[in-house]
Amino acid sequence: MKTSQKVAGAAANYVDERTGAAKWLKKNLTKVFPDHWSFMLGEICLYSFIILLLTGTFLTFWFDPSQREVVYHGSYLPLSGIHMSAAYDSTLHLSFDVRGGLLMRQIHHWAALIFMSAIVAHLFRVFFTGAYRKPREFNWLIGVGLLTFGIVEGFLGYSLPDDLLSGTGIRIAEAILQAIPVVGSYLAFFAFGGPFPGTAFIPRIFIVHVLLLPGLFLALITIHLMLVWYQKHTQYPGPGRTEKNVVGYPLMPVYMAKAGGFFFVVFGVTAFLGAVASINPIWLYGPYTPGQISAGSQPDWYMGWLDGLVRAAPPLETHAFGHTISWNILIPGLIIPGILFTGMALYPFIESWISGDKREHHLLDRPRNAPNRTALGVTAITFILISLLNGGNDIIATHFHLTINGIMWFTRIGLFTIPPIAFVITKRICLSLQRADRDLVLHGRETGRLVMMPNGEMLEVHEPISDAQKWTLTQHQTPGALPAPLPASATVGIKGKIRARLNRANAVQIPAPTLSDLKELGEAHH
Amino acid sequence: MKRISSFRRQRIAGPILVVAALFTIATAFGVASALPNAQLTITSGTSTLVSEGKAIFLRSCSSCHGLNAEGGGIAPSLIGVGSAAVDFQVGTGRMPLADMSQQAMQKKPLYNPQETAALAAYISSLAPGPASVINESLSYERDGNAAQGGTLFRTNCAMCHNFAGQGGALTNGKYAPSLMGVDPKYVYEAMVTGPQSMPKFTNATISTQEKLDIIKWLQAANHEQNLGGASLGRVGPVTEGLLGWVLGLGLLIGAAAWLAMKAK
Repeated sequence: MKTSQKVAGAAANYVDERTGAAKWLKKNLTKVFPDHWSFMLGEICLYSFIILLLTGTFLTFWFDPSQREVVYHGSYLPLSGIHMSAAYDSTLHLSFDVRGGLLMRQIHHWAALIFMSAIVAHLFRVFFTGAYRKPREFNWLIGVGLLTFGIVEGFLGYSLPDDLLSGTGIRIAEAILQAIPVVGSYLAFFAFGGPFPGTAFIPRIFIVHVLLLPGLFLALITIHLMLVWYQKHTQYPGPGRTEKNVVGYPLMPVYMAKAGGFFFVVFGVTAFLGAVASINPIWLYGPYTPGQISAGSQPDWYMGWLDGLVRAAPPLETHAFGHTISWNILIPGLIIPGILFTGMALYPFIESWISGDKREHHLLDRPRNAPNRTALGVTAITFILISLLNGGNDIIATHFHLTINGIMWFTRIGLFTIPPIAFVITKRICLSLQRADRDLVLHGRETGRLVMMPNGEMLEVHEPISDAQKWTLTQHQTPGALPAPLPASATVGIKGKIRARLNRANAVQIPAPTLSDLKELGEAHH
Repeated sequence: MKRISSFRRQRIAGPILVVAALFTIATAFGVASALPNAQLTITSGTSTLVSEGKAIFLRSCSSCHGLNAEGGGIAPSLIGVGSAAVDFQVGTGRMPLADMSQQAMQKKPLYNPQETAALAAYISSLAPGPASVINESLSYERDGNAAQGGTLFRTNCAMCHNFAGQGGALTNGKYAPSLMGVDPKYVYEAMVTGPQSMPKFTNATISTQEKLDIIKWLQAANHEQNLGGASLGRVGPVTEGLLGWVLGLGLLIGAAAWLAMKAK
């Protein structure tokens, strides 16, 4: 043995004798994870969160979360001598008079945008592959929680500098609070410590932004990862992959290297964006004054769909018993997001109730093999995308020479008509892809090679696909193999009838080719 | 001294003084009467400009604005709009209209500066109104305060023209144009005349000094280098979100796919 090995061994032994870590490490370092690019979307969330913690800590060294009025005398001359809050003043100071301050601010904000978009992309992957099914429902709920808190955390973050744009956002948040019937105005007074804007709000959201929510994130992310570890990662179907095994690479050294490297890739991309592209140029917005507003005031994209819904709402208000109910804010600002997020959280339970499927699932679905789920997901995405477009209606109007009223009416009608159309189209596409799979298995790959038979008949030569491919395309369970159809006792009453109807819609499938299909076809060919 | 006092006592002194007095009065009268003559010459120059302007007006404006600029069903009266309105509308190419869409678009001017001046002279000869200015007469560089102008801009202009003067959408396809690269004199003239959807900012609302402040801030914003890197159009979070998804997440997904391929 070399000296270096001896020293390392002695050191490891010293630690092991005191912690007993060797056994635990041996077990866990060899843990196997399946490999796919889409499994790294969640990693992007984790790494951008770490970047947010690091850059955010740097920002707190200079940021002064106070609405105390000061006069600016810093190096950005177009604001020289202007009255502003200490929060805005310290953000300007951080941007222009602290070395690397602007870069850090920009990396922080870009990392926040990437954090949120990676969460959404990760959510899409989990949803469309059915990874949330038993036993992973709790992790789905934690994920929905992380998405919700992420939206709030992002909103609070860009509200902190107290510039004209963020103040406008806070004003809208106050309006949404006030729209809650009966208690709204009291809640708004409580949050702002008096009438808007007051002097209490920025210090309060600061502590929520830098302490409360990051702490919650750390806790939830830890549970999220522990559950992945404990329940093992799901895998895509393929030869040799079953509900009882995991096919992939061990954590050490493959994933250690890969994940470590990927962290630096994420850091590199956020730092690159922070270095080359301006984000939230607060010096151009100016300090917040309730009397000012800018054309094209938008929230960050993860709030943009909410803004788009509010922009689309017609001016509806009811006055009753001395109270005003602003339906135009209540419905798009609270009720619709409430329905969407509750529906998303409950979806695993709803799907299992409809299908009656209570088994564990560790093999992922190919999206086409669950046409109803895929179509529902596309429907929700379409709804959100139309709202998001309307959130940027003024920018779209000026840059594409359209009328803002036209975009608003497109949204008002499209929100109700386009998502159902998207559902039908997606479901049809899924079934067509299933048919294509079936053809591929039964008749093989089209080679594009034409052969003329002695009798003059022209034929295209089909090449059989490999057995591994055949396995992948036929391994999924057709509805007959599921515990459904539901037992007769489960379909009584209105609830039961709805369940039975949904169950039938859910079970629409092109049957996967069976062994007997293949045999029959083989006999016919020869 | 002695010679003057002896001359004063001679008999000829009286008549000479009378002649001198008459001569002085006649000269003064002549000079005084020559002044209206000089003004007449200038008037006749303006009237040439006015008649030139009227000819252009009759040729290409009167079909909508009426033969005497009294306005019609589709176009406003131009009596009293002043030379500032003409200089702005014609000088920036907004008038004559290209089509009857929501709003006159800025385009290459149809008339050169002389012709525009003639049109302006004709319109201002009809009734007094805000006068056109030239860039050199606006002393914003010397007298303007950019920081003050920024505050005024955010209070009075940003709700339509965006926080950085990039323009914004109004109702039914109308829009507040971008103010980047616009001549200071056109900014000034737009403020005093209130073209199209824009309100008129008289000196009672925004004083001349404050107008100079706004122009100075706009020039500063126009020439400000992009401090944080690419500006993304200075239109706020929409383009930031787009870049975050397309380039940010796009690069990362590309890297993830590349890493997954490497593992195979």
